Amino acid sequence: MKLITAIIKPFKLDDVKSALKDAGVVGITVTEVKGFGRQGGHTETYRGTEYQIDFVPKVKLEIVVDDGAADSVVDVVVASAATGKIGDGKVWVTPVEGITRIRTGEQGVDAI
Amino acid sequence: MENGDLAWVLASAALVMFMTPGLAFFYGGMDRSRNVLNMLMMNFWCLLVMPLLWVIIGFTLAQSGDGGINNWIGNLDAVFLNDIGIADDNGGAIATIAFLGMFATITPALISGAVADRMKFSAWAIFAPVWMLLVFVPVFRWVYAGWLGDRGSIDFAGGTAIHVNAGIAALAAVMVLGKRKGWPQEGHPPHSMPLVMIGTGILWFGWFGFNAGSALGANGQAAQAFMNTFLAAAAAGLSWCIVEKIRDGHFTNLGAASGIVAGLVAITPAAGYVSGMGPIAIGLIAGVICCFAVGLKSKLGYDDALDVVGVHFVGGLVGSVLIGFFASPDFFGGDFGEGLFYGGNAELLFEQILANVVAIIYSFVVTFGIMYLLKVTIGVRVDEETETTGLDLAEHSENAYHESAA
Repeated sequence: MKLITAIIKPFKLDDVKSALKDAGVVGITVTEVKGFGRQGGHTETYRGTEYQIDFVPKVKLEIVVDDGAADSVVDVVVASAATGKIGDGKVWVTPVEGITRIRTGEQGVDAI
Repeated sequence: MENGDLAWVLASAALVMFMTPGLAFFYGGMDRSRNVLNMLMMNFWCLLVMPLLWVIIGFTLAQSGDGGINNWIGNLDAVFLNDIGIADDNGGAIATIAFLGMFATITPALISGAVADRMKFSAWAIFAPVWMLLVFVPVFRWVYAGWLGDRGSIDFAGGTAIHVNAGIAALAAVMVLGKRKGWPQEGHPPHSMPLVMIGTGILWFGWFGFNAGSALGANGQAAQAFMNTFLAAAAAGLSWCIVEKIRDGHFTNLGAASGIVAGLVAITPAAGYVSGMGPIAIGLIAGVICCFAVGLKSKLGYDDALDVVGVHFVGGLVGSVLIGFFASPDFFGGDFGEGLFYGGNAELLFEQILANVVAIIYSFVVTFGIMYLLKVTIGVRVDEETETTGLDLAEHSENAYHESAA
């Protein structure tokens, strides 16, 4: 099993969610996060003084899938989250050793 | 006092009372989220302490007696509201004392914006009432019932007595208190602009009582002061916004709010003395000057956190001096001096400047002294850890915004 973690632009969340549902993904976890990458931050101006805001708001998605589905899910996220402009985010894949559904105790792929 | 006058003074007093919570939100929104409750409490503290102090001793020192030593400070005839009844004057004296008590409440509260983010609450709790008695009361006396007013200077609703007075006190206070940790390298942007805009709306609303109520009657001067309050705030908000658009590229909410307050401050001393297009001119001028004045702190290196000096001191001074140009006694049928633009000579202008210079020197020196005494006794600053983690939790054991239920 793989954990797919994606950092995306907040306004693309609905598009990505729909695309993932259409691709058969049964569950995602969403967190509002802040950070910086190549996009850097932005400036805000109050009473003529410019403030550098280093951390940009983003949304983090976490999706656990079976090994074989990982590549296609990554493709779906990339296709649906892309705008072509700087700050679109990242997707990465990490191996998952085990997973258990709390309600039933099912383990492994059955618990996804 | 006639029934109609009494009704307006009472309504105005309630309007002015509402300005202190309005100020708290105006400042609180500009403050950081970890210090917003401390800011609100500094203002609400004034609402707890000043009304009592005012009726016990403040009012009599500010208003009782006449001539001689009483040109400088009042006598104790009305201590504890002694001998103030309602039978002879239909309650006019009681209504007026309550109305003025609202001014005694908000004036020290104005200073809280300068000392934001770093002043020990225990020090503020002592500073504010001591300042009210030692600085607000004497200056108020000189301007309204003492030697400065007798010389011919005029101050309708408190430009010199309130805004210049509190504004220069704010400068003295931060000079003793010191800069916020990290200022000016580290930014301190407002944590809630909507809160600032709510506060601005409350302030503008309340200011109709502050200015039009200062006619102490339901009359033509009150109506004109009302109109002036309306126009000057709009004009100053507009001119501040235009300067920011040209200089920085955007119309900002904080620019609109700051301009509105600067215009309200500037029209305060002039509200009952100017007419026609005078209030618009005063507002436009105040908006531009104050917009640039708030930039002075980083150039001169004093950390007036929320721009009490740039808005209240500078705005009050601008309005008070412009009386010397725009005062129009013919319009009011009043017996005050004429401004330069209305056929007067420079006498009124000179008296306006003199009154402000006196208030500035007195307020600065005494405020500096009070703050210095507090610094060497109980201390005026929170420790470094508290300043970093926030005053709300450390000073008040409260938290404005809980992230989640967990």
